[in-house]
Amino acid sequence: MKKQDIIKSFKDSLLTGLIALALFGPIVGLRTASKGEGLFITPQWGIVFLLVGLCILGRFLININSARRTEFKIFSTLSSKFSSITEDKAKHFAITGILFAVVFPFLPFTDRYFMDVAIMILTYIMLGWGLNIVVGLAGLLDLGYVAFYAVGAYSYALIATTFGWSFWICLPLAGLFAAFFGILLGFPVLRLRGDYLAIVTLGFGEIIRIILINWYEVTNGPDGITGIPRPSFFGLPFKRSPDEGEMSFHTFFGLEYSTMHRIIFLYYLILVLALITNYFTLKIRKLPVGRAWEALREDEIACKSLGVNPTNTKLTAFAIGAMFGGFAGSFFATRQAFISPESFTFIESAIIVAIVVLGGMGSQTGVVLASIFLIGITEIFRDLEQYRMIAFGGAMVLIMVFKPKGILANRKPTILMHGDKK
Amino acid sequence: MLKISNVETFYGKIQALRGVDIDVNDGEIVSLIGSNGAGKSTLLMTISGVNKARNGNITFNGERIENRDPHKIVDLGICQVPEGRRIFSRLTVEENLRLGAYTNELGKHFDTDIKEVYDLFPVLSDRKTQRGGTLSGGEQQMLAIGRALMSKPKVLLLDEPSLGIAPKLVNQIFASIKNINKEKNVTIFLVEQNAKKALELADRAYVLVNGKVTIMGSGQDLLKNKDIQAAYLEGGTKN
Repeated sequence: MKKQDIIKSFKDSLLTGLIALALFGPIVGLRTASKGEGLFITPQWGIVFLLVGLCILGRFLININSARRTEFKIFSTLSSKFSSITEDKAKHFAITGILFAVVFPFLPFTDRYFMDVAIMILTYIMLGWGLNIVVGLAGLLDLGYVAFYAVGAYSYALIATTFGWSFWICLPLAGLFAAFFGILLGFPVLRLRGDYLAIVTLGFGEIIRIILINWYEVTNGPDGITGIPRPSFFGLPFKRSPDEGEMSFHTFFGLEYSTMHRIIFLYYLILVLALITNYFTLKIRKLPVGRAWEALREDEIACKSLGVNPTNTKLTAFAIGAMFGGFAGSFFATRQAFISPESFTFIESAIIVAIVVLGGMGSQTGVVLASIFLIGITEIFRDLEQYRMIAFGGAMVLIMVFKPKGILANRKPTILMHGDKK
Repeated sequence: MLKISNVETFYGKIQALRGVDIDVNDGEIVSLIGSNGAGKSTLLMTISGVNKARNGNITFNGERIENRDPHKIVDLGICQVPEGRRIFSRLTVEENLRLGAYTNELGKHFDTDIKEVYDLFPVLSDRKTQRGGTLSGGEQQMLAIGRALMSKPKVLLLDEPSLGIAPKLVNQIFASIKNINKEKNVTIFLVEQNAKKALELADRAYVLVNGKVTIMGSGQDLLKNKDIQAAYLEGGTKN
């Protein structure tokens, strides 16, 4: 390497250090502490200098390495590992993944905690698959998907607590309600695209949440809805001591009572619901309406000139995507037995969109990988408490650096020939 | 068959078409030539219903169509091959063709229809499973025409099929347009900047200037017309 390069790298890393100093100085360096009466500023310059030093060193090493046109060994191996996941391998991955998911509850190391995390990941996978219809296939960026999740959860909770109907009746009703809201949102945004659509859908998500907080008579406001009935195993409840003349799950099958029965049942329930979502999406993709979604994502004017009705096509995408969000919401309500508007904040929408985008828009397997990665990482770092969102952000940055088109970029980069005039 | 009378189209306050009158008869090839910004594409988009005519009317076999939705106009048998091809670049060639058959009773005659397209453009058959965006410009144009044919149109509206395509392929594409007209009995309304090619192909032709038809006549007559030669033919035709 030339001497000039080293000097250049050194200068560059000093500049990085300056930026780091400007950022870390006030944020980390000046700490407010309350002593007796009032707040005092305690400087902690040691940590600042350590951080700035790390930045300078890191930048310098990166510069030297890029000058040599080599990458950090760890980076390149990571990168190649990710890029070796192709669509073909994704198929094998899918089959092994489903098999693993089926036997998962009975593996020796599986305990209550693992099951809870698995159920959570599966819920996000289902939401990701549902949103994938809207964002991945139809190309409509929906930042308010949590609204349909909330509508599903509240419809389920209200119907179940008011009428006492069983889970299997309430579930499709909740899905229908959510689909109806999908159409309701769809109408005003039909003419919008891209950024504008994203902003309006974001607003819609917030409107639903605020209605849930303020419509006290129906939704019980911020107190939420309690006592949502648990699902039964086709009529057999999961109770320790069933009522007189009633069978419960463990007495019917002659098993020792265990709370795990219900957890395992919930696990399989969400697994089946998620797989139905996936199967449905894969099938509808091959039908004219599914192809029309993808065509609409590509070019709306071409669609019009071929006789595709964009209004109906967009509305079906919104409605079907919302319906699966509603199913997932019902599941959430029955699993928690308690829901409140707090569970349906914007961060949920953001996580679901992140899962779809990071998975590689339109890729079903990508959604699974992204869910495991993002939800898994935040779970692993649960002990770090408030810092776990840093891990979440870090995971996103890692994916964006190594796989900028998503973990499984289902669309290969194509040469865009159309519209090359002007 | 297709009758355009006194059509005026606006983009906001800007008037793009200032009372256009054009007739296209059954079985004809009619060309519309004109320079950039004359309103050629606007006219096609107005016929297709993507842009709405503010004044005037368009009839197709006696039916008024100027205020219908685009998909209903395609149902009637008017299909457009839009400017710049606009193929779905991330879908495969076959998926593109399937989308062309979208209104055609969900592909009832899909197999025979697609075979006809593949016979017309054999290169598409070789590239069935390839993504549309990976085709060359000429192949994309063939795909765009094939896709429009899948809807079994009575009138095919073509917007600048020679745009950005190698001269050799342009000849091939114009030959297929003639073929579609003669063999498949599809009426053609062609919009082109390549005036020479368009006039050679056309039974009749119109010249559009600033949103108005200024000259009309048979293709051969217009080729000999002094004004047209000066404005559109000399030096402007490299093919």
